[in-house]
Amino acid sequence: MAAVPLTHGLVVAGLLFGLGLLGVLVRRNVIFILMSIEVMLNAAGLAFVVAGSRWGQTEGQIMFLFILAMAAAEVAVGLALALQFYHRLGTLDADGAATLRG
Amino acid sequence: MTFYTAAVIAIVATALAISRKNAVHALLYLLVSLLAVALIFFVVGAPFVAALEVIVYAGAIMVLFVFVMMLLNLGPHSIEQERGWLTPRTWIGPLVLTVVLIGELLYAVGSRGPATTGPLVDSRQVGIDLFGPYALGVEIASMLLLSGLIGAYHLGRRRPGRS
Repeated sequence: MAAVPLTHGLVVAGLLFGLGLLGVLVRRNVIFILMSIEVMLNAAGLAFVVAGSRWGQTEGQIMFLFILAMAAAEVAVGLALALQFYHRLGTLDADGAATLRG
Repeated sequence: MTFYTAAVIAIVATALAISRKNAVHALLYLLVSLLAVALIFFVVGAPFVAALEVIVYAGAIMVLFVFVMMLLNLGPHSIEQERGWLTPRTWIGPLVLTVVLIGELLYAVGSRGPATTGPLVDSRQVGIDLFGPYALGVEIASMLLLSGLIGAYHLGRRRPGRS
């Protein structure tokens, strides 16, 4: 099997990152915003792993492991925030918290 | 070839995930997208990371999302909603994409010669490097996870009299 060029892997990672960014900008539901952030983190990890495999180095995979730990911590705090958000405001619309007052 | 099919599936599934109205439908598509990315990892020669992607991302993080969705949907209309989730139309899109992924996986496992392209990065070497030069990073990641745990506990607690 022919090796996948580095550029193609990076293009895929860039497209996934762009889709995640679009989701953050377009959706107003807090859960969807968190999901889009997950997509973006995953795309960044994909870029690391593809680049690491291009040069046969382990650093790409190690960075992916750190991103994985960071995503896990982020999603735990983010979902707890979403629950608290819903209990306080009765909605999941991010615009409901625009005033930042209690 | 395997790479490009998996890449197309990942992008299509992500695009569908961020455009669904129902959050659970979006989760199904996001799951397919993560599995496709795991297959990409496998193909570019990182099987250890591919396994972690399936276990941690598609397993643990998605289950967390599902739990929160269930917690938020308490109420009489949730039964009606669950009935709506069981219609075949909901499942047909993710099902088609996952069947293509399974076909690819069987092809990759069953084909002669190496299924991966490019150099295979040894997971043993990854472990040695992770606990050698990057040991400080591991410690920082553990502190980050601990602070995430404490933060989630603090935020998730219901304070009586304040809400």
